[in-house]
Amino acid sequence: MAEATSRDFPLIFERSRPGRRAARPPRFDEPDLALLLGEDQLRDAPPRLPEVSELDLVRHFTQLAHRQFSIDGNVYPLGSCTMKYNPKVHEEAARLFQDLHPQQAPETAQGTLRLLYELQRDLGALTGMDAVSLQPAAGAHGELTGILMIRAYHRARGEGEQRRVVLVPDGAHGTNPATAAMAGYRVVEIPSDDRGEVDLEAFTRALGPEVAAVMLTNPNTVGVFETRILEIARRAHEAGAQLYYDGANLNAIVGRVRPGDMGFDVVHLNLHKTFTTPHGGGGPGTGPVGVKAHLAEFLPVPLVVDEEQGYRLSEDVPSSIGRMRSFVGNVGNLIRAYAYIRTLGLEGLRRVSGHAVLNANYLRVRMQQAGYTIPFDRLNMHEFVARPPEGVHTLDVAKALLDEGMHPMTVYFPLIVKEAMMVEPTETESLETLDAYAEALGAILERAAEDDGYLPGAPYHTPVRRLDEVRAARQPVLSYAFDEEPGSSG
Amino acid sequence: MPYLPHSEEDVRRALETIGVESVDALFDELPASLRNPDIDLPPAMDETRLLAHLRSLAAHDRPEGPNFLGGGMRRHFIPSVTPHLALQSEFVTAYTPYQPEVAQGILQATFEYQTMMSELTGLAVSNASMYDGATATAEAALLAARQTRRERVLVSRGVHPETRAVLGTYLEALDIRIDTLDLETLATPVPMVDHDVACVIVQQPNFLGSLEAMPALTEAAHAAGALMVAVVDPLSLALLKPPGAYGADIAVGDGQTLGNPTAYGGPSFGFMVVASALLRQLPGRLVGETVDVDGRRAFVLTLQAREQHIRRSKAKSNICSNHQLTALMATVNLAALGPQGLREAAAGSVRQAHRLADRLRDEGADVAGEARFFNEFTLRTRRSGSDVRSALAERGVHAGVPVGSEYGLGNAVVLAATELVSDDDIEALVAALATVGELAGSGVGHG
Repeated sequence: MAEATSRDFPLIFERSRPGRRAARPPRFDEPDLALLLGEDQLRDAPPRLPEVSELDLVRHFTQLAHRQFSIDGNVYPLGSCTMKYNPKVHEEAARLFQDLHPQQAPETAQGTLRLLYELQRDLGALTGMDAVSLQPAAGAHGELTGILMIRAYHRARGEGEQRRVVLVPDGAHGTNPATAAMAGYRVVEIPSDDRGEVDLEAFTRALGPEVAAVMLTNPNTVGVFETRILEIARRAHEAGAQLYYDGANLNAIVGRVRPGDMGFDVVHLNLHKTFTTPHGGGGPGTGPVGVKAHLAEFLPVPLVVDEEQGYRLSEDVPSSIGRMRSFVGNVGNLIRAYAYIRTLGLEGLRRVSGHAVLNANYLRVRMQQAGYTIPFDRLNMHEFVARPPEGVHTLDVAKALLDEGMHPMTVYFPLIVKEAMMVEPTETESLETLDAYAEALGAILERAAEDDGYLPGAPYHTPVRRLDEVRAARQPVLSYAFDEEPGSSG
Repeated sequence: MPYLPHSEEDVRRALETIGVESVDALFDELPASLRNPDIDLPPAMDETRLLAHLRSLAAHDRPEGPNFLGGGMRRHFIPSVTPHLALQSEFVTAYTPYQPEVAQGILQATFEYQTMMSELTGLAVSNASMYDGATATAEAALLAARQTRRERVLVSRGVHPETRAVLGTYLEALDIRIDTLDLETLATPVPMVDHDVACVIVQQPNFLGSLEAMPALTEAAHAAGALMVAVVDPLSLALLKPPGAYGADIAVGDGQTLGNPTAYGGPSFGFMVVASALLRQLPGRLVGETVDVDGRRAFVLTLQAREQHIRRSKAKSNICSNHQLTALMATVNLAALGPQGLREAAAGSVRQAHRLADRLRDEGADVAGEARFFNEFTLRTRRSGSDVRSALAERGVHAGVPVGSEYGLGNAVVLAATELVSDDDIEALVAALATVGELAGSGVGHG
């Protein structure tokens, strides 16, 4: 890779000067490490970590933060991601509990355990499920948990060998087929019809004695409610399959209709979406799983239980699929989700879904007025799919939006719509913000019509401009090249 | 309503633009019989009541007091500057860096993270982080099975029991067999490895605290064409030989000890660092360096053809996100400590753990075995491990991760010490153990 130039933002390693440091742990006389640990166990050279002063450290990471777009900065309407405002009080809430150690005696963790117990109960109530596990660390991890439970269920009924297929719609999130494959299943895709819903005929043909599960998102990835969901559930169950609810889009319906009532047997929730735990730049997420009673015996351990002597973690689940991760779960995020539910209550959560759908429909109309096409032209739920006029590329519009200080929508997903723009404004954006977004999108089209060179060159005013992504993949540079030979050779 | 900006006038204007009568009318396509069910949730609270409620819950937790708990997580020094910088709202409220032009903050920090993990482990390629150490270990086993096309793994009993449990859950689904290597004198004996084994998985230091003979174990794995997976505590690598130095192919582990609070078990993050030959098999996100159209250095998510959103059912894993923010905590923390600070934290842990072991031996306690250890070790006890832990907790000391019967040690606990443990804390634990009748004179010692 080329030498760093003065125009490049420095890496922390380039700020390093021998002998500097920012922080000092409590000091002890260093023991004779060779004696205590054995000479042969010790590394030969220290790791080349940066050596910087505290102020250098502060400047580096503060300036990096300034090179980062965020919800707190401006609107971030990524479809299927539910980038809503993350309340500040949740951060304070999580800090109240952060010093607890997972190996403490349960009688010294009764506050946290009670909170987790109540959250299991409340998430069960909200989804219409009989039992909930808080273990999974992300949505995809929740999917794997749910599919493994379905697998265990079929095996317990002697149908494990026979049921080897999982059905997913062609518009599904990539995690659905990848999850099914990780659980050893073959994936069969179901086409969508011209209204954006599962093609019921094709779905019915695909059902059979080899189908273990059907994975659905409802509303689905084009932002449309699967109106024939009760029929889908009936036919799936008649064929002996289990129905899996991908909770990625729960924000559209929270408090208004429950997956359990629609006939789903398993649901995972993305707490970082509907329940607004911060996305953190890509995690940690949290993906609790709820199940109907017939699957409860397969839940992963541990569960939080309430007993005479207090709350505790129980591994007493008769046919558990086992553990999905260490300890109880991403407790810091579970606390934030609890705080959100307790702040809003049922009435507030209903208003959340109501205004999420209101905002998405409002922005759909405003984008149509601004010259964008809506492939499935009907009332949508919390998100919708649009595309730019013929001859304009979605990627170019996305890059031009960056110059307006706004984040693009999800682009080129779902795969079933060409030049797809999937837009999810969420309920926390004001109409003024949505108006400004639609106006910016309209202005981009106008300017593109006047100047052929404008769109392909955008963005012009961002910290860096369009990247050479091919070079990144063809000549992978995945860590900093230190000048001297690696000290890490031990 | 909190967090919702619309006035009644806003709602009216939006409905008019859309051309529907009411917000409820937007939901007419939902099955009528199922709409607006009565859901039993507690009533809403304002911010003041919420915080009072949470504080009253937190008051039933007892995190304070001398802390000797290990067994997967430990308390280490985290300077104030670490959370202050890592938890800036731009980092907290961003998402996956899909638009690299406005995400250089997270992308560059991740590139720095990958570099630091590579330095610590002595291996070439680190992904951008995973869920936790246990799931990273399971993913490492799956990687080894793909790479070698073999369907059996050999795991040391010294690997944390919860990590082995997760390994079991993940591998059972793909019919990959797991064989467990029993410990001898608290450490993993060098096994005969059959030629159908995909990988050998050993934890260093192991669950009981002992240091393992990693070079010899690695040699045994390689002799059979199996990969070596080292499950490591990254903080220990300030002092201990990095996995790359003894030829391990994959290093995995939990990153909590590098600068995250224990948070009752999560979130922390998992890491996976592999030899360059395994790059194309690596699951999870990766950040690479490139240039922009003006020739400036820039960073971007790369080699995404391995991932689920491109390859769907053919992906290397279903993992979609990473644990970015907790990995960023580690990145900032490692930069704050530098090589010297990390060494001091690790050496301080070693010193205090050995001081504790010496004090306990002085008092006639049964510190198990002669194996060398790092900052955790095993103590045989009279009563069950969980009883000892509870008895100590009653006296204000947190110590004693119970050791399961699978280890054949009878009643035992693991004790840990870090640089945050003072000499006075050590005396408090010794006194508490004496009070609860677990020291000689009180008749311990069936070992």
